[in-house]
Amino acid sequence: MSANFIALKSLLTKEVSRFTRIWLQTLVPPAVTMSLYFVIFGNLIGSRIGQMSGFSYMEFIVPGLIMMSVITNSYSNVASSFFSSKFQHNVEELLVAPVPTWIIIAGYVGGGITRGLLVGLIVTLLSLFFVDLNIFNLGVLVVSVLLTSTLFALGGLINAILAKSFDDISIIPNFVLTPLTYLGGVFYSLTLLPDFWQGVSKANPIVYMINTFRYGFLGVSDIPLIYSFTMIIGFVVILFSIAYWMISRGIGLRS
Amino acid sequence: MKALVIKDLAKTYKGGVEALKGIDLEVEQGDFYALLGPNGAGKSTTIGIISSLVNKTAGTVEVFGHSLDNALVQAKQQIGLVPQEFNFNQFETVLQVVVNQAGYYGVPRKLAIERAQKYLTQLELWDKRNDKSRELSGGMKRRLMIARALMHQPKLLILDEPTAGVDIELRRSMWDFLQQLNSEGVTIILTTHYLEEAEMLCRNIGIINHGVIVQNTSMKALLAKLNLETFVFDLAPNSPSCELEGFVSRRIDERSIEVDVDRDSELNGIFSQFSAHNIKVLSMRNKANRLEELFINLVSKEATQ
Repeated sequence: MSANFIALKSLLTKEVSRFTRIWLQTLVPPAVTMSLYFVIFGNLIGSRIGQMSGFSYMEFIVPGLIMMSVITNSYSNVASSFFSSKFQHNVEELLVAPVPTWIIIAGYVGGGITRGLLVGLIVTLLSLFFVDLNIFNLGVLVVSVLLTSTLFALGGLINAILAKSFDDISIIPNFVLTPLTYLGGVFYSLTLLPDFWQGVSKANPIVYMINTFRYGFLGVSDIPLIYSFTMIIGFVVILFSIAYWMISRGIGLRS
Repeated sequence: MKALVIKDLAKTYKGGVEALKGIDLEVEQGDFYALLGPNGAGKSTTIGIISSLVNKTAGTVEVFGHSLDNALVQAKQQIGLVPQEFNFNQFETVLQVVVNQAGYYGVPRKLAIERAQKYLTQLELWDKRNDKSRELSGGMKRRLMIARALMHQPKLLILDEPTAGVDIELRRSMWDFLQQLNSEGVTIILTTHYLEEAEMLCRNIGIINHGVIVQNTSMKALLAKLNLETFVFDLAPNSPSCELEGFVSRRIDERSIEVDVDRDSELNGIFSQFSAHNIKVLSMRNKANRLEELFINLVSKEATQ
């Protein structure tokens, strides 16, 4: 086994054991929140809304809600874990060791992806109590959820690198991520919006992720898949490059 | 072979503070080297640069011939760092802390657990291996950081005030452990505020002040510079007062007297004069640690220049 692989395995194991150790804070709250969404928006209000894009409202919102939980959990896992490591100085354990920058990124992002996917799976299982889910295209489903969780885990990492206090790691999720997710077509189809707002919505990267994921379940999307995947992959490459540059230069990590 | 070669190393922090002003330093393989200096002198900055926690402004650092600029991975493999502050994850168990650290150096888990058993046993922490590290006492946490630094079996161990806040009994057991490591071939660089610790353990010494190395020599050579020592003699009750011919002495209280002794003078002369005056000496000791006196002289001399 190569030294890099052992280092990655150690970091990833540590990250996964961190969030599973505190499962009451990391895995249960999103399950409770999403169950409330299913009950209130899906069952109570949804039954009065009728069909959307040819599906029941519950069927329509479930993929978006799963993706929303994946996004928030991938992001917050890396943001809080990496910032805590910085705050307690145990990130120094990695900085003094001969661990390449890409392993540090892969370890933390891998932890974020794992939590995002685990929460996504829990929410998916919960949704089965409310709706019969059919999978239209498993490949699209898996690739889109993996890329999206990677993208937001990278975002959380950059946030944590730049953060100077715990407040700094809650600003982005509260004031950027949540509004973008709500306006990203979780609860409605973009086709319901006037042309101008449809155009504005297309500047929101979360729109592409939710639509791609929804396509995996329902086979319908407001945006062509190839366009969505290009956007997501492009963002992943950009955020990875930024995180790599920051860690290599020691920004926010070394004096 | 040189364990560490530092050339013209400089560090200026963002605020303009010049922590290091172009220092040169060499540490031989197998040495036990003390890097001393008052607070803010530049010791931790030097250690930070060697261990890649601080970016240097200028200069070069080589660890066992591996440059930090060109062969960082190889250089890092040689170094084990015991920092001043506790910096392990407080929520992990003792075993997790050391095994994870070994993993970062590419040590397979099975071997890491074997080494963990070896070092945690030597440092009397094996029984605590499943305890959360935050639950350990201060002394145990210090020992845990030493065990963690040894997990990849570094050739150069850097200890930044490893015995700060540790009781004397534990400190002595840590000294024994470090001496044993050094005898096994590990080069050790130690910073400490306990100067008797440096005097007892280290063969060579560097003193840094205001970002400049003001002394870099062997411990013997440095101590030889001390011309005058002050001894305190504890006397039996009701001892008469007396003048010691050929020595400068001061009576401190009824039962103790301080005598300044030149390097070339013999102590026998003092004892024979005490006997002649029928004064019984119960015990004697150095007034101050010898290295401490030299250190204060060097640092204060540099400050006045």
